[in-house]
Amino acid sequence: MKFPYSEKVLEHFKNPRNVGKMENPDGKGLEGSPACGDMVAVYLQVNPETKVIDDVKFESYGCASNIATASIITELAKGKTIDEAKEISWKQATEELGGLPPVKAHCSVLAVEGLRSAIRDYEEKHGLVSAKEPTTEVVVRNRLKHVMNPMAGLDIVRTELVTKIDVKEGSVRILLDLPSNHQFAAAIREDIIEKIQSLWDVTEVKVIFAE
Amino acid sequence: MLDKTVYLDNAASTRLDERVLDAMKPYYFDTYAVATSEFGYSMGIDAKEGLESARATISSFLGATADEIVLTSGETESSNMAIKGVASALTKKKGNHIIVSKIEDFPVLNTARALEKQGYKADYISVSPEGVLDLEELESAINENTTLVSIQHANQEIGTLQDLKAIAEICKEKDVLLHTDATHSFTRVPIDVSKIPVDLVTMSAHTIHGPRGVGALYIREGTPIHKWMDGGFQESNRRAGLENIPGAVGFAKAVELVTPEENKFLASLRDHTIKRAEEEVPHVTLNGSRHQRVPQNANVTFHYVEGESMTLHLDMRGFAVSTGSACFSRSLEASHVIMGIGGNHERAHGSLRFSFGRYNTMDDVDGIIDAVKEIVAQLRAISPLYEKNK
Repeated sequence: MKFPYSEKVLEHFKNPRNVGKMENPDGKGLEGSPACGDMVAVYLQVNPETKVIDDVKFESYGCASNIATASIITELAKGKTIDEAKEISWKQATEELGGLPPVKAHCSVLAVEGLRSAIRDYEEKHGLVSAKEPTTEVVVRNRLKHVMNPMAGLDIVRTELVTKIDVKEGSVRILLDLPSNHQFAAAIREDIIEKIQSLWDVTEVKVIFAE
Repeated sequence: MLDKTVYLDNAASTRLDERVLDAMKPYYFDTYAVATSEFGYSMGIDAKEGLESARATISSFLGATADEIVLTSGETESSNMAIKGVASALTKKKGNHIIVSKIEDFPVLNTARALEKQGYKADYISVSPEGVLDLEELESAINENTTLVSIQHANQEIGTLQDLKAIAEICKEKDVLLHTDATHSFTRVPIDVSKIPVDLVTMSAHTIHGPRGVGALYIREGTPIHKWMDGGFQESNRRAGLENIPGAVGFAKAVELVTPEENKFLASLRDHTIKRAEEEVPHVTLNGSRHQRVPQNANVTFHYVEGESMTLHLDMRGFAVSTGSACFSRSLEASHVIMGIGGNHERAHGSLRFSFGRYNTMDDVDGIIDAVKEIVAQLRAISPLYEKNK
């Protein structure tokens, strides 16, 4: 039989490591959205003294590349400190897997993002964000790049759904070029709130739809 | 190592029937002259007879006359010829507007898009959640500039059959030509052009165990159509290029070999697949119409799992099927058909298309459903969506 993937990708796809849900994780990251395709969740258990990732688990609603990359990422991250784990790159993960077809990059990047987002979540929850950066329009915009536009399969910033961002005394207003009765309006709103409200100085998130 | 793949992707391609190959062989080794050499030597006459006999067989299955059939290189060429040929013939006389459905296969859809780039206007008519064309929308979209309506007979992914008679009557009343892509219905579901006023019909041999790269276009006598490939005067000066006589003969043989009993059998495979999927796997959605459906297609979404993961696991167990998931396609676009029936990426993401053919058995169907049950359970166990929704 012939497959479009390396032996190692297939091996991780068939027998993914560190798979499943973690109860009460110290950090959790969720990337992608069901409405637009692949989705990956990463859970961390971190030693509070050493900041070493003692345990890591993932869940995937995705294709073979997504599952295999998430699996290898958890192997790479386990036993590393969160600072070391942050440096794990997509390139490193794909090399470790013996390469991936170029068209599959999108699905595998999501797994790397998942780990980074779990680490960020841990840092935010544990007051580790060094020299707390005040939330600005740029910070919000960067976060919104992780919210997908289900109609395009790309993020809402790149597809120009976000028309305006206002940040004022902990209150964030995000204007979308999307009617409130749109089939994906609720899903996108929920996704935005989840991504923004965890910022340390944000007290309120408002998503405003077009007419 | 598996010794045999259970191939359930017969909408994409089919295994050639040996009897088709046997019918074709003499036209490669004995009677290999071109048909247009009939005035030069006798082998040309034999070749011409082979071609014309194939044409007659194909036309009889459509209720057409033989000279209304042009042989082509398949679905893509037939649909391009129909749409571009009619558009070219009628632009000056009538206008620059064409109408297609949102769920057409790429030869029609992308031909419409290509015409748009050249200044044509195209309307893409909606379909119901089952994939059935909105007839009112069609009727109101037709205007005095409309040169052609092109609506498929059966859908390539979800198998929904359109009410061709009702569509043809609307077009007839509005005095607009109608083309239908019957690639996925020809010989499986009858079309009789002597009863239904459709003007052009695309057919292909590759879906019925015939040779690949062979198709036909029915052109009702008197239909204004320009030649769109320049070259020789073959096919009564309607299609330039060396006639593929072995291909035509193979296509005709493939048409003859389809029987009503076979179509009934395929329908039983379809119904069994849908029944077992719906009864034995939780959280599934049938894509397409339950009743207005070709016999050889079943399409089911298994929610909370991704299609390419399913097809890869199935492949490892020796089953070949396809999915509408974006991850399966080179373009990374989710199926426009599933999106067109009002689905979202999620619905396309977990869809599997089972398409049946002559060489499939009930055991194949039971085997794949058994496998799908296990694979779906396995993938749901690692899906972050499943726990929330189950």
